Amino acid sequence: MSGAPRVPASLVGLVGLFAIWEVASRTDLVPAYYLRPPSVVFPRLLELVFADANFQRALVATLSATVLALVIAVLVAVPAGLLLGSVPAVRHGVMTLVEFLRPIPSVALIPLALLTFGTGPDTKVTLAVYGALWPILFNTMYALDEIDPLHVETARAFGTGRLGVLTRVALPHAAPFVLTGIRLSFAIAMGVAVSVELLAGGSVGIGQVVLEAGSGGFDMDTVLAGTVLAGLIGYGANAGLELLQRKAFAWSTPRGGAR
Amino acid sequence: MTTMLEVDGLGHTYQGKDGAHTAIDGLSFTVRAGELVCVVGPSGCGKSTLLRTIAGLVRPSRGTVSLHGNRVDGVPADLAVVFQDYSRSLFPWLTVARNVEFPLRGLAKAERVARARDALAAVGLDQAGRKYPWQLSGGMQQRVAIARALAYRPALLLMDEPFASVDAQTRFELEDLLLRVRREQDTTVLLVTHDIDESVYLGDRVLVLSKSPATVVADLDVHLGGARDQITTRASEEFVELRARVAGLLQGKQATRQPVHK
Repeated sequence: MSGAPRVPASLVGLVGLFAIWEVASRTDLVPAYYLRPPSVVFPRLLELVFADANFQRALVATLSATVLALVIAVLVAVPAGLLLGSVPAVRHGVMTLVEFLRPIPSVALIPLALLTFGTGPDTKVTLAVYGALWPILFNTMYALDEIDPLHVETARAFGTGRLGVLTRVALPHAAPFVLTGIRLSFAIAMGVAVSVELLAGGSVGIGQVVLEAGSGGFDMDTVLAGTVLAGLIGYGANAGLELLQRKAFAWSTPRGGAR
Repeated sequence: MTTMLEVDGLGHTYQGKDGAHTAIDGLSFTVRAGELVCVVGPSGCGKSTLLRTIAGLVRPSRGTVSLHGNRVDGVPADLAVVFQDYSRSLFPWLTVARNVEFPLRGLAKAERVARARDALAAVGLDQAGRKYPWQLSGGMQQRVAIARALAYRPALLLMDEPFASVDAQTRFELEDLLLRVRREQDTTVLLVTHDIDESVYLGDRVLVLSKSPATVVADLDVHLGGARDQITTRASEEFVELRARVAGLLQGKQATRQPVHK
């Protein structure tokens, strides 16, 4: 088609999905009553984000829970990863525990967390932390496995102690890996937060909005708008963190030269 | 001249899964303050083990190391090391200047910056401070590693095959750079190499090691004077004669061993 806006190559898949969705919905391939077309969902999405105070409050609640969970996860997982990565005895002692806890889905812990922390934001933050911990922990730990022994020896030869090696060599070496972990964890933390809102009801957030729109009024426009928004936020966060990674850790990108 | 380094009966045995391996055994020698001593030995003879025990990175199984009279137990405070592999010894997340400042943690910021600037100027890299190591050529990276060691102002500078990973032209440049800065800064240097010509060209003395477990086979004085030149020095009679002697010692062909101490 001439005159059609040019689509960046990286967005072809996304635009394609929306196109198929639009066609499927318009041609009654699926009941249009449930699967509302993007041409309806997107205006609704803009309306919710820019004109609906109730939804805005929910969005802020979900996002702040996600970010708070990520911050806590970093504060717990990075020191833990440094410890597990640098002291073999500790790693030996707790790896079985870690491998036991890690496969437990956060969602499966919702009933327990609800009873313990109630229906407020504590529950979703706690569970989002639980879900977000693992990628950061493992990335930090494995980063230490890959640290160059000569870096450590160089630091030690200049009189750097154990703690100094950890903070001045191991930590900066691990930083890009940690950021990759955070990137993976963002989607997990937000997913868990929205799930808790959906399943537990009481907690304010976009999950709750979707739940109420879906069950009460059969307001599928809002349900789909909330769902699409979650995807867009995840996409944006990932792109932003990737950009940060390229800018802040240019030194860690693959490069030529003697090795 | 005062004694800077005294190595006495030094030996180290690694305990591995498939038995023990003695890398060095009964090594004894001294380095006087201001000297540049080259240690040359066949590859795999334990040169790196020797250097690591002196640096306090490896605790020796037997014998002692003393630095200006103090017994080495752990990493000494006034010792610097330049490793062969500059690309792995410089920290890629730090700029060149920050790399040079790395060992100067205890000093005030202004002093750190000044020392790093001076050290980089001494190796001809005044303009490269804000670059990252991986943006520089191999030879320039090794200059940074040398600057880092110099900025630390060590009583003893240890160098482990420092020029083995650069091309021949750069190698000559770096050798002359080392001779110049040790003269300017009066640094005591112990340099480990497998290159016979390099050991004779650089050293005031050359220590020849045997095959593993390494012991000192000969301790040779080099009478080439202070001012050396890559072309004329290497063509001189003294140089040619010495390098032949070291080569013979390394091949173990010399039946009568030189006395270890003069």
